[in-house]
Amino acid sequence: MDAINANLPTIWLFLVGFFLLYYVVTDGADLGVGMLTLVTRNSEEKKVMMDSIHSIWHGNQTWIVILGGMLFGAFPLFYSIVLSALYIPFIVMLFGFIFRGVAFEFYDNAEWKPVWLVSFGVGSLLATLGQGFALGGLLGGISVQSDSFAGHPDDWLNGYSAIAAAGVVAGYIMLGAAYLVARTEGPLQERSFRLASAAGFATALISAVIYFATSLLHPSMAGKWLFRGESVWPSLFLYFFLFLTLGAFAMYFRSLLRKRQLAPLVWNWLVVIFSFTGLSIGLYPAMIPSVGAAALTVEEVAASPTTLRFMLVVTLILLPIILTYTSYSYWIFRGKITRDEGYENR
Amino acid sequence: MELFQDQVLLSRIHFAFTAIFHILFPVLTIGLSIFLVGVEAKWLLTGQERYYQHARFWMRLFLLNFAVGVVSGIPMEFQFGTNWSAFSRAGGDIFGHLLGFEASMAFMLEAAFLGIMAFGWKRVSPGMHFFATCMVAFGGSLSAFWIMAANSWMQTPVGGEFVGNRFILTDAFAAIWNPDAFWGITHMWLACLEISLFVIGGISAWYLLRGRDTEFFLVSFKAMVVAAIVVTLLQMATGDGAGKSIFKAQPAKLAGIEAHWQTNPEGEGAPWKILAWPDKQLQANVWEIEVPNVLSLLATYSKTGTVTGLKEFPVADQPPLLLPFYSFRLMVLIGLLLAGLMVWSLWAWKKGELVPERVGRQKRLLYAWMAAIPLSYLAMETGWIVREVGRQPWVIQGVLRTEEGVSRLPAESVTGSLIGFVAIYTLLLILFLLFARRILQKGPNLVDSPVEKGKSHRDINRFLAKKHITRY
Ligand code: HDD
Ligand code: HEM
Ligand code: HEM
Repeated sequence: MDAINANLPTIWLFLVGFFLLYYVVTDGADLGVGMLTLVTRNSEEKKVMMDSIHSIWHGNQTWIVILGGMLFGAFPLFYSIVLSALYIPFIVMLFGFIFRGVAFEFYDNAEWKPVWLVSFGVGSLLATLGQGFALGGLLGGISVQSDSFAGHPDDWLNGYSAIAAAGVVAGYIMLGAAYLVARTEGPLQERSFRLASAAGFATALISAVIYFATSLLHPSMAGKWLFRGESVWPSLFLYFFLFLTLGAFAMYFRSLLRKRQLAPLVWNWLVVIFSFTGLSIGLYPAMIPSVGAAALTVEEVAASPTTLRFMLVVTLILLPIILTYTSYSYWIFRGKITRDEGYENR
Repeated sequence: MELFQDQVLLSRIHFAFTAIFHILFPVLTIGLSIFLVGVEAKWLLTGQERYYQHARFWMRLFLLNFAVGVVSGIPMEFQFGTNWSAFSRAGGDIFGHLLGFEASMAFMLEAAFLGIMAFGWKRVSPGMHFFATCMVAFGGSLSAFWIMAANSWMQTPVGGEFVGNRFILTDAFAAIWNPDAFWGITHMWLACLEISLFVIGGISAWYLLRGRDTEFFLVSFKAMVVAAIVVTLLQMATGDGAGKSIFKAQPAKLAGIEAHWQTNPEGEGAPWKILAWPDKQLQANVWEIEVPNVLSLLATYSKTGTVTGLKEFPVADQPPLLLPFYSFRLMVLIGLLLAGLMVWSLWAWKKGELVPERVGRQKRLLYAWMAAIPLSYLAMETGWIVREVGRQPWVIQGVLRTEEGVSRLPAESVTGSLIGFVAIYTLLLILFLLFARRILQKGPNLVDSPVEKGKSHRDINRFLAKKHITRY
């Protein structure tokens, strides 16, 4: 019990990390599918792409709603500083969610349907860009004074965050293409195989640049690469996850070459999980990397122990239940997408 | 313009606008999903196709409504961090995790089972489908519970203490079951039921008036008349409870919505203003129409109970007056009218007017039901204005002022996103109404039968056979 009490903020960091990664690998794929419709010419194919995520995107998106609530509860200071600092990217993301979210139901009801295909694609792109720039803005560092954001509203707009945004776009497209490989067949699947490889290369390249740029920006991360810390463990972990990431990338491309159906998606998840974990280790214990003053650490931004303990108990009871029924609903809608998923055939 | 410089005011308008828009949709989700549970249960129990068709018909409206509710809800959550960061920091200890629970308990449940409910007709057994519908309905009401608990905590913040502007939680249950929670949650949940029943009843009335599918819609219409007996009365009862809860916990708000300036002396009752024109500068009402002793009676059950007047509070702590005052009166008036409509409908029923051959001639009654749709929404919005504007100048009652809760953002950022939301939401509302109209004009599919559908044919027969229903 004491061990738990002493480490509540760190436990919550892992939980929040889990929510974030779950969101990224599931809804990231949905957003990727959405962006891919923008480069698809055939509107029947676009519709199949939309149908392929119709029954699951909402559940996937809900993980970011959970993530928001849990961050708000467990790390109120983080929530308040980061969201107000990254106001513009978050608002763009919200607008994107609106266009994407209504597209499904409006498509079914509209007479003029192509608009909602566009709304689906553009909404997905906006949401992804918002998330990408927000990520870049956060990792690039936020200036904080006496527990409030003290920078400029467009601090997030710089070369570094543009690279991060490109990385998120490429990464989501990679996930989306791998998802389409798993859920479709015929020419669409063929094309998805090719797109998945291309997006994979782009993602790998941009990730390398992000790792490099982040190390330049934050000396503490560079120090870890060079074993400069007091303990060797962070450095070892960092290298360990780097190798895991590289391995997962290799397996991903191998599974694409062998035309496996589900394996590319699974390896893709591992790519995301390993590379994100590596980056977090590089920045730990900073929860809000900052420019100028000292970074805010996990402990500093956490809520009170009573709150963390109460939330932990409830969350640990809830998570298995959520994962059970979510798996059940994925199971019901498993298999390749066929064309008759339309409105009248529900 | 000055407005576009005042960042606090802009953020308040931002919140008010997005909340007033968002709440239009969840209320129907919450009530309609319960109705869907009802018709599906009826279908499974009786095996009559008519109830299946009802489920399919109303579900279309439900899905459309739900879609807009979801996309407008997400900005609400993020807004606390983006626009109200100081508030988030101050209240995060309790407020944040209530939102987290709402998402993980309620929204997740809704999202996962909504897929099955909408697309699962042919993929799962009728029993499983029914279960999914129940979970969607449960999730909706559960989300109302958590969000209202959070909002009530802002009205009566207990369960911990404030250490320099920051709330430190000590007792989570006390914070959730704060003094205002019971009335806030029940009154709001009933409002969801009331609005939904007038939407279902009002739409049914529209078809009855046109003589379209009369038998079909008479079923839903009469069901709603029955529901109205309970709901409209409970709505007034809980409203009364809510008023007494404000009297105890938020005396300035109560005095504000009643334009009550002077504490009534010992032994004398406080009058109730039917109408008045309160003026903050004068610290008095310019004119007023009052009934003696009624305010004391309403607030304390005693003709001479003491009701604190506005003058007891420093001007800086007095809430805005006109908006809550008139909003409150509008809400109560509508509440009474809706209860009256229930009585009128029962009377018509008793006279035998609610039968297929005659109901079409009850034109006035049917029009009144249609008018009840916008009126019930209006009552809900004005109720929220009473609650939220009446709480001013506090964002957390008595602890954190609204102007201290806001993010330090440049006014241009807030103006920009406000314009964006106004534009997008206006578009969404127009499209929503357009598509809803199209669904209604198309009407229910009365030849739609679960038996004709491939896989479900077997399942349904097997399922119903198990229940000894011979119809199929
Ligand atoms: C269909 C909608 C509807 C109807 C007919 C009524 N109300 Fe209401 N009222 C609401 C919908 C609503 C609401 C929107 O749901 C509110 C706002 C927040 C809340 O909890 O309930 C509300 C708030 C609210 C409040 C303020 C609570 C606060 O500030 O904390 C009071 C005092 C009442 N109501 C009282 C009444 C009375 C006496 C009614 C009698 C006729 C009545 N309401 C009818
Ligand atoms: C959905 C129905 C709701 C409506 C229509 C509504 C309406 C409003 C309005 C009109 C204001 C502006 C008041 C003013 O500044 O004068 C406001 C402010 C606010 N409301 Fe609500 N509200 C709703 C629900 C909620 C809920 C459920 C919460 C919390 C869980 C909440 C939290 C706030 C906050 C934090 C503010 C900003 C601070 C303030 O102005 O006091 N609201 N709301
Ligand atoms: C002002 C504070 C509010 C916030 C922060 C908020 C937050 C949200 C969010 C994030 C969603 C999307 C959920 C999803 O992705 O599935 C949502 C939808 C929903 N909200 Fe709100 N909400 C607020 C006010 C309310 C109120 C006052 C109620 C009810 C009493 C309510 C009931 C619902 C319901 C039932 C849904 C499901 C979607 C729908 O019904 O349209 N919300 N809300």
